[in-house]
Amino acid sequence: MDMVVLKNVTKFFVTKAFGKVTAVDDVSLNIREGECFSFLGPSGCGKTTTLRMIAGFEDLSSGEIWLGDRPVSIKTKNFYVPPEKRQLGMVFQAFAVWPHLNVYENVAFPLRIQRVSNAEISDQVKQALKHTSLSGLEEKYPSELSGGQQQRIALARAIVANAKVLLLDEPLSNLDPKLREIMRFEIKDLQKKLGLTIVYVTHDQAEAMALSDRMLVMDMGVVQQVDTPTNMYNNPANRFVFSFLGLSNFVPVALHDGLVWPAGSASSSLECEIPEDWDDDRAVLAARPNEIQLTPEGGYRTRIKNRVFLGDYVEYRMDIGDTEIRVQTHEHRDFQVGDVCGVRLGKVKWYPAEDEVSDEERERRKVI
Amino acid sequence: MRAGQSLRGSELRRMEGSRFNTGQLLLVISTVILIITVVLPVAMIVYNVFFYKWSFDWSLFASMLTDPDNLAAMWNTVKISFLVTTLGTVVGLFFAWLIGRSDIPLKGLMKSLFVIPYMFPPFIGAMAWGLLLAPRSGYINKMFMALTGGRTPLFNINTLAGIVFVELCYYFPFVFIQVSGALERMDPTLEESARIAGANQMTVIRRITMPLVVPAIAAGAMLILISSLSHFGVPAILGFSNGIFTLPTKIYELIYRASGSFEGIRQGASLSILLVAVVVLALALQRRVLRTGRYDIIRGKSMRPMLIKLRGWKAPLLAVCFVFLAITVILPLFTIFGVGLLKAYGVPMKLANMTLNNFKYVLFESRMARDSIRNSFFLSITSAVITMLVGTMIAYVIVKIQPRGKGVLEVLGILPYSIPGIVLAVGVILTWSGAFYLNLYNTIWIILIAYIARYMAFSMKSASASLEQVHDSLEEASRTCGASHFESLLDVTLPLIRPGMVAGFFLIFLPAMRELTTSLLLYGPFTRTMGVAIYSINEEGYTVQACALAGVAIIIIVLGELLLRFVTRERRGQ
Ligand SMILES: Nc1ncnc2c1ncn2[C@@H]1O[C@H](COP(=O)(O)OP(=O)(O)OP(=O)(O)O)[C@@H](O)[C@H]1O
Ligand SMILES: [Mg+2]
Repeated sequence: MDMVVLKNVTKFFVTKAFGKVTAVDDVSLNIREGECFSFLGPSGCGKTTTLRMIAGFEDLSSGEIWLGDRPVSIKTKNFYVPPEKRQLGMVFQAFAVWPHLNVYENVAFPLRIQRVSNAEISDQVKQALKHTSLSGLEEKYPSELSGGQQQRIALARAIVANAKVLLLDEPLSNLDPKLREIMRFEIKDLQKKLGLTIVYVTHDQAEAMALSDRMLVMDMGVVQQVDTPTNMYNNPANRFVFSFLGLSNFVPVALHDGLVWPAGSASSSLECEIPEDWDDDRAVLAARPNEIQLTPEGGYRTRIKNRVFLGDYVEYRMDIGDTEIRVQTHEHRDFQVGDVCGVRLGKVKWYPAEDEVSDEERERRKVI
Repeated sequence: MRAGQSLRGSELRRMEGSRFNTGQLLLVISTVILIITVVLPVAMIVYNVFFYKWSFDWSLFASMLTDPDNLAAMWNTVKISFLVTTLGTVVGLFFAWLIGRSDIPLKGLMKSLFVIPYMFPPFIGAMAWGLLLAPRSGYINKMFMALTGGRTPLFNINTLAGIVFVELCYYFPFVFIQVSGALERMDPTLEESARIAGANQMTVIRRITMPLVVPAIAAGAMLILISSLSHFGVPAILGFSNGIFTLPTKIYELIYRASGSFEGIRQGASLSILLVAVVVLALALQRRVLRTGRYDIIRGKSMRPMLIKLRGWKAPLLAVCFVFLAITVILPLFTIFGVGLLKAYGVPMKLANMTLNNFKYVLFESRMARDSIRNSFFLSITSAVITMLVGTMIAYVIVKIQPRGKGVLEVLGILPYSIPGIVLAVGVILTWSGAFYLNLYNTIWIILIAYIARYMAFSMKSASASLEQVHDSLEEASRTCGASHFESLLDVTLPLIRPGMVAGFFLIFLPAMRELTTSLLLYGPFTRTMGVAIYSINEEGYTVQACALAGVAIIIIVLGELLLRFVTRERRGQ
């Protein structure tokens, strides 16, 4: 069953300084029961706004949102269920645990609102604290606890009332890297144990990949791709998704005589296969630095411009035509600056020469 | 010389460099200054009340305590300040919430309008309300009686209720400012998590927002309580004629009636001790009732708060705001300037009866009025400069040097906060009119000393705040570069806190310009301040001239306030 459904959801803000800003642009989405679903995208792309519309903190400009088979926002009918009636759990980046209540009362709050009996509250809070490894800290106040513990309180508070859907907005970005990794596993564990549906917002692609069953990449309010982490990494739908999921090289090329000519190189071509259905005479090739091979013979001949030893691997820089690329290899064969070597791009993705979003447009939006 | 070779003590001394310790010196200077300005007057009060001709004698204090008049004054003080604090807190809280968390329009405008009463000298407000609501002669009461044809006035301002009303108008901004600030700084996700947890808007206000702003409410309410307990101007102007006394006005009356005789001053001093006891007790009580922690509610990276939609309530609540502002700000202002322009008090307020003569009189003709303006400027500027410099020095010692014994400094520094102006004045009289071979009575210097003692706490507080923002590492970096402690202070810290010091100057200059209580006990024939001049011209029945001078004072204060805003805006712009 689909637990969260967005149908053509659009949100724009009208501000004095910038006029109308479309934060979320015609997003449609189904999030399934028991699934961990991430929103990934650069800052300002509309992740938080989407999540807040699901939570009910922002009204829609158009579209519908359903939680399971229950409508919660339908713009055309001006139908809107306030956040407190949506039976969701939510965890914020800034912890948002109440400093005037101790751990127990923080977690008990949703149950007290529902007027659950004291005995039952005690049971359920104990259960939630156990799930989040907070047992024994009931009497402590948030100011006496570490950031990780505070975020666990928020998590316990979100699950205590048996909410089926959890919304998390960058819950780990205020924690240090080590703790972040631990918490990542705990959240995943909790989700499996309780059969939760999680909507997870982050701008950290590693976090999204580690956690999600499926994820979505967004840019400037528009959904770019929805898929499982593996599929998305292996088949990014466009240049933006490709560049967002890891290090990348983009080489503009021209096609003639059945060969691939990098821009700025008239003498030598690249050794790579042209996809059968490619019918443009220009393209952009995308390759990850660690999938490019360097060979002493053959390949596209070029001179090593720069070499940095980084322990696990060596990073080289060189030109293909007039595009500088970066290569990371573990191979023992070592090249020095000034050596001439051959480049084989390996697994490449082909994208149209025109970018979907022009750079000027991106710059303009960045100000906002 | 090889490393590790043993050295003789004297050689070590030499290698240590200068042993002159700026910190210790500043600590000593600061302590001495605070003892002379703050501790001495208080000690003199206690000594003069309980000792007579070098022997312990507490009969005076006992007789003062059992006098029914004094007890009535004490009871009035308690009643007035309790009501003003409670009502002022409710009003301030209501408006702060309305502007901070609802979708009421014109927020920016209202926010600046709501702090205006804060700059308005309350005793001038009391004068205005007296002109409007005095039982027989008040403009509003006269209109009301003409309309109804009866002889009963609408409201008699010369009552306890009247005094409470006027003080309320000028003291609610304390809570308003504190709570508005807290709501602005509060992380909205604290409230949003409660919504998601199933609480509706009213429950969130009750269970989350309110408890989190309690520290701000407590701080604001405490300011109202202290101010109201020690307030002199409003009960003096509205209460005397009707025989209503509070402790501060009773102290004044005792000393005034004895026309400066030692016996009168000793009686005033006894009541001063009583007043301080009441203040301390009230503070302790309030601390028990509003026992608070300090919460960390500062916002992280977050959205603006969700505003509560007022829907049908929007128009009525907006109307409430504007009516309230009209009553507390516009009406009194209008009255002061209107009456100040009249040819004579009592004639109807018509254009034909208007003249600029009163303003001409107070600005150019009356020697006394002109002197008072000059005196106020001299006193305010001098005391602001001195307290700002000394306060910064003391704050520097407390915040940055942190020597052993800084606790004493802190206590001495905030002591004047809980000492009412009138008490301080009594102490200053006892100290500086010959007790220590120095008689400054009737000179302007005795007022200056009193101002310095009174405003030192302000200046220490604002200087501490700006010093705490200068990170230690900045000065340390400079010392690592070879600058001495003193040089780093001059070259690094001072330039960084200079904007804060300029703002601190105005924070003393402005209240000093409208000061009444202390100067009223200390002034001599040629050392009236503006407050004293307005008060005494008004008491003598020259109402229109008093209003004209009050108008001049208001214009000066507003200009100063604008200058302050301009200065602090510059700072934020950097
Ligand atoms: N209340 C608002 N008023 C005006 N504009 C807004 C408001 N909230 C968000 N925006 C704009 O909407 C766009 C999307 O913002 P959003 O907070 O959803 O981004 P995000 O993807 O969560 O970014 P981040 O990773 O920085 O949290 C931004 O351009 C932002 O400036
Ligand atoms: Mg966000």
